[in-house]
Amino acid sequence: MKSMPSWIYALGALIFVLLFNAFATPGFFEINVLDGRLFGSVIDILNRVAPVALLSLGMTLVIATRGVDLSVGAVMAMSGAVAASLIARPEGNILLGLNFGDSVFLIVLAGLVTGLLCGLFNGLLVSRARIQPIVATLLLMVAGRGVAQLISDGQIITFSAPAFASIARGATLGMPNPFWIVVLFAAVILVLTRWTALGLFIESLGSNPIAARNVGINTGALLLFVYSVTGVCAGMAGMIAAADIQGADANNAGLYLELDAILAVSVGGTLLSGGRFSLVGTLIGAILMQTLTTTILTRGVAPELTLVVKALVVLAVCLLQSPTFLHMLRPKKVAA
Amino acid sequence: MSESTPLLHLQGIDKRFPGVHALKGIDFELETEEIHALLGENGAGKSTLIKVLTGVHAADGGSICIEGRQIAPRNPNEAVTFGISTVYQEVNLAPNLSVAENICLGREPRNVFGIDWRAVGERTKSALNRVGLRVDPQRLVGDISIAEQQLVAIARALDVEAKVLILDEPTSSLDQDEVAQLFATLRRLREEGMGIIFVTHFLDQVYEISDRITVLRNGERIGTFQTDELPRIELVSHMIGRSAESLEHGAMASHEVSGHEPFLTVTNFGKRGSVQDLNFEIRSGEVIGLAGLLGSGRTETARLLFGIDHGTEGGYQLDNRSAHLTPRSAISRGVGLNVEDRKAEGIFPGLSIRENMVVVAQVKRRWWQRISTAEQKQVADEYVSALQLQPPNTDRNIENLSGGNQQKALLGRWLAVEPRLLLLDEPTRGIDIGAKFEIMALVERLRLEGKSFVFISSELSEVIRVSSRIVVLRDRRAVTTISRAEANEEAVVAAIAKHE
Repeated sequence: MKSMPSWIYALGALIFVLLFNAFATPGFFEINVLDGRLFGSVIDILNRVAPVALLSLGMTLVIATRGVDLSVGAVMAMSGAVAASLIARPEGNILLGLNFGDSVFLIVLAGLVTGLLCGLFNGLLVSRARIQPIVATLLLMVAGRGVAQLISDGQIITFSAPAFASIARGATLGMPNPFWIVVLFAAVILVLTRWTALGLFIESLGSNPIAARNVGINTGALLLFVYSVTGVCAGMAGMIAAADIQGADANNAGLYLELDAILAVSVGGTLLSGGRFSLVGTLIGAILMQTLTTTILTRGVAPELTLVVKALVVLAVCLLQSPTFLHMLRPKKVAA
Repeated sequence: MSESTPLLHLQGIDKRFPGVHALKGIDFELETEEIHALLGENGAGKSTLIKVLTGVHAADGGSICIEGRQIAPRNPNEAVTFGISTVYQEVNLAPNLSVAENICLGREPRNVFGIDWRAVGERTKSALNRVGLRVDPQRLVGDISIAEQQLVAIARALDVEAKVLILDEPTSSLDQDEVAQLFATLRRLREEGMGIIFVTHFLDQVYEISDRITVLRNGERIGTFQTDELPRIELVSHMIGRSAESLEHGAMASHEVSGHEPFLTVTNFGKRGSVQDLNFEIRSGEVIGLAGLLGSGRTETARLLFGIDHGTEGGYQLDNRSAHLTPRSAISRGVGLNVEDRKAEGIFPGLSIRENMVVVAQVKRRWWQRISTAEQKQVADEYVSALQLQPPNTDRNIENLSGGNQQKALLGRWLAVEPRLLLLDEPTRGIDIGAKFEIMALVERLRLEGKSFVFISSELSEVIRVSSRIVVLRDRRAVTTISRAEANEEAVVAAIAKHE
């Protein structure tokens, strides 16, 4: 007996929204080719979803260990500030000592290392100091934007660097670059967790932390790993956000995206109580959320409504995932 | 007795689960002033019958009458209002609330200011008196022993006006004094007119306390018997469906191990505040039994040897080297621990039986060399058939298994990595008689292959049966060692009870 995957409801909701658009939104599935690059609403969704998709990939692993990482939005702001400082090299910036020229590779690497350090910091607080994840990552969520302002000297740093900007704005093989970045990160994380035993260990840790230690799983290292992965993902998301606007805004980059990521994970069928996780489900969840946003925007509905509609769809999917709710829907059996 | 209406009367109770006919037309009667033992192997239908009775499951057919009135409880709370209270084997209390709060939880007496704490205190006091438990009602339940928690759970069940009290394996974590205390309580409740259904695996206790016995096997009622008219050997053969003599087949071979040097030695080993003065050595092909009352330090000894806790005094040598183990390094050096509390510290709920069984093998193999799903199936299936685990489909969630089968899956987890020393903490707790014998036979078979065990059990007869030597613990100290030749129940009990 093979049970249905946990993301089946998110997929159903996504198909429903897409079907709705097929009939109600003219030109929704239209795709144009311009300069060897694809344009259209669907492509736009896959492009726009990238930052949240990256955050939620890492968040999936953290949530599977019974944790949560609230700092990812602030980490985006920090890595964005680092990248913008290295590119624009404004007067008096504390990173002036580092000169990477216009090597996109080194600048991106610096952004990813920023994310990695933040992830290690979170991981150490959770695994060594044994601070509850929600509190431990709240520290960086609050302090991170301050650090980002320190790096950018309280300014919104703007720059003009076409090579770096192409991270968000360029295209490869017809598809926007952010799409490929998500594909790459998803593939690496999938291979890391499912082709090795890390996935089983993460699920064991989330399912029963005491038992996980008793069977010899190195729970400390595992926690450090999942928070580091999330940090690197957030670092990359920060690169995309900075490249998109060709600048770094410490106050607004990635604001509230940690909440979108948590929503994407739970809509995708990974329980906040830890244990079983599904990266595929998370990606479906993230795409569902972005499809909703795009649908509402292209239909010219007031943007205020976006959040309410999103919340309603999330509620519907979560209710369908709840055995208790499904049980209530079932017709009552008459006692013999 | 039979001419009057019974207190509780079940007729033709039928229950099907997908693929399983769990209860096949069960009839059952419980009189007032009766303690009625409900016996059967794992999967016989005891738990299902109790869940039907308490409204956890709805019956597919049949009727339940209490004092002649037909009832159909839809959930445990409704069952309580009909006068049916239940105490489960796995204690269901809130560890971070006080004893008083747990007893009154969900039905707190109220006054104009909210909860009437004075009344809570009085009710708690009388409830605790009724079960003869003396603890401070303000203590957190998580801070008292499991045995005391069990009595608190019973006190909670009695706090409501119960006519029928169901005890599902209440004694599996109690020591002898506590069992005696519980039985005194049960006798008093019987005199007060209560009907008590008692589920247990301890046959001694059945004969000590019950008036009648009903035996279930494979979802059918085999029969109901007057306890004093049913010889023990017949009871066992009713339960397992084969002649009891076959159980005793294959008397244990000699435990003489010569020519082997001990690979594990502890000298004055211990941890302050935990267990102390441990002195013994283990050779390959030896079973060290740990005997002692609950709280005497048996589990603590296992945790020290496995490296969950760390010794603060004395020496612990493995392979003639001083050992500072963590569970991870213990496993890599061939030591395993099958924990006592399998629900809290053993199983991975939500994961499959297969994943639960291969996880230690995977840890040993290192994370970058994943055991393929096909290989996992092969390993799991091997131990499923070796341990006769039911049902054999290892893709299912381990939570779907009965307690005894979960225990077998956890044993399989360790056997799959072939440890040279396996610490078994209450491996037979809460499992049926047939499986107990299977596990003891398994220990003996592996011992003959040169594997070693530390065997911990509350049932002295089991410890005596399997052990090469018995280390007796008293008040968290190892007090004496009894050789196999001198080991009998009187000798061990004397050692446990002796005063310095």
